[in-house]
Amino acid sequence: MSGLWVAVLLGSAGCYLLKLAGLSVPAAWVEHPVVARVVDFVPAALLAALVAVQAATSGSQLVVDGRLAGLAVAALALALRAPFVVVLLLAGLTGAGVHWLGSLT
Amino acid sequence: MTSDGARRATIRDALGLGVAVGLYGAAFGAAAVAAGLDAWQACALSLLMFTGASQFALVGVLGAGGGVLAAVGSAVLLGTRNTIYGVRLVPLLRPRGGLRRLGTAQLVIDESTALALAAPDPANARLAFTLGGGAIFLGWNVTTLLGALGADALTGASLAALDAVVPAAFLALLWPRLQKAWAEPAAQRRVALGGAAIALALTPFVPAGVQVITAVVAVALAGRWRR
Repeated sequence: MSGLWVAVLLGSAGCYLLKLAGLSVPAAWVEHPVVARVVDFVPAALLAALVAVQAATSGSQLVVDGRLAGLAVAALALALRAPFVVVLLLAGLTGAGVHWLGSLT
Repeated sequence: MTSDGARRATIRDALGLGVAVGLYGAAFGAAAVAAGLDAWQACALSLLMFTGASQFALVGVLGAGGGVLAAVGSAVLLGTRNTIYGVRLVPLLRPRGGLRRLGTAQLVIDESTALALAAPDPANARLAFTLGGGAIFLGWNVTTLLGALGADALTGASLAALDAVVPAAFLALLWPRLQKAWAEPAAQRRVALGGAAIALALTPFVPAGVQVITAVVAVALAGRWRR
């Protein structure tokens, strides 16, 4: 079995067991202050790290290309309360635009 | 007894949310293919993992060249939210019997929890959770397949467009946590900036994908000491 399938199945099993645990374990185990704190803040750190890595790296290199331009446009659209689909469309158009400009030179 | 009005409002909200998350499903299918997964793997994730942020994290780390452990670790870290949701849902849903509990568990996600907690009484909470969770499950899986098949056909400039859509989708997931409506938005912003900065700073020095997990652990440790 390929590594990708291992990741898919192992990750799915882990996430399912976490869901099941919530319905099965005593509430006091989960409502410990440190646990609550980590659960509140881990998503922000993880999602932000993923945004940065997806937008500005390639392998072990930091790169600036159309993805970063697309991200800036997406941030502007989000600040203006644009709907999700508009945010993605604008980011995609920006990425394609930068790609097209790059192919001219 | 439940009033008809409350019941209708619950049904409308539940089905509306099912349609709305479909957009995210298409973005996920496309992101999975951009990360190098095939359409089968994208669909398996939506069927079996069925928790959006974890799915995005898993393919995000794999797409950055990360290994299986870093990818699974990121997905599981984001999945811990659902454990807390389950604890809050038990008094409302009272899932009885082993099989019932196994089925209920798969539907415990951000949206179904929000629907159940917002319902005016336990009967509507159960209806909102089951109908909303079911509608989202259906919409999410269908659009994942469409997004994956659509992305498979892309080349050239449209591939560059997809590459730019993926980080934008992550930013859209992160955005609500940084706004005033969220609890402690200033701390959330510090945590987000810290996570992004550490991940970028580590990128040249650690294997791909590891920088994401390391950034999260570093931020978690820094937060614990300050308290």
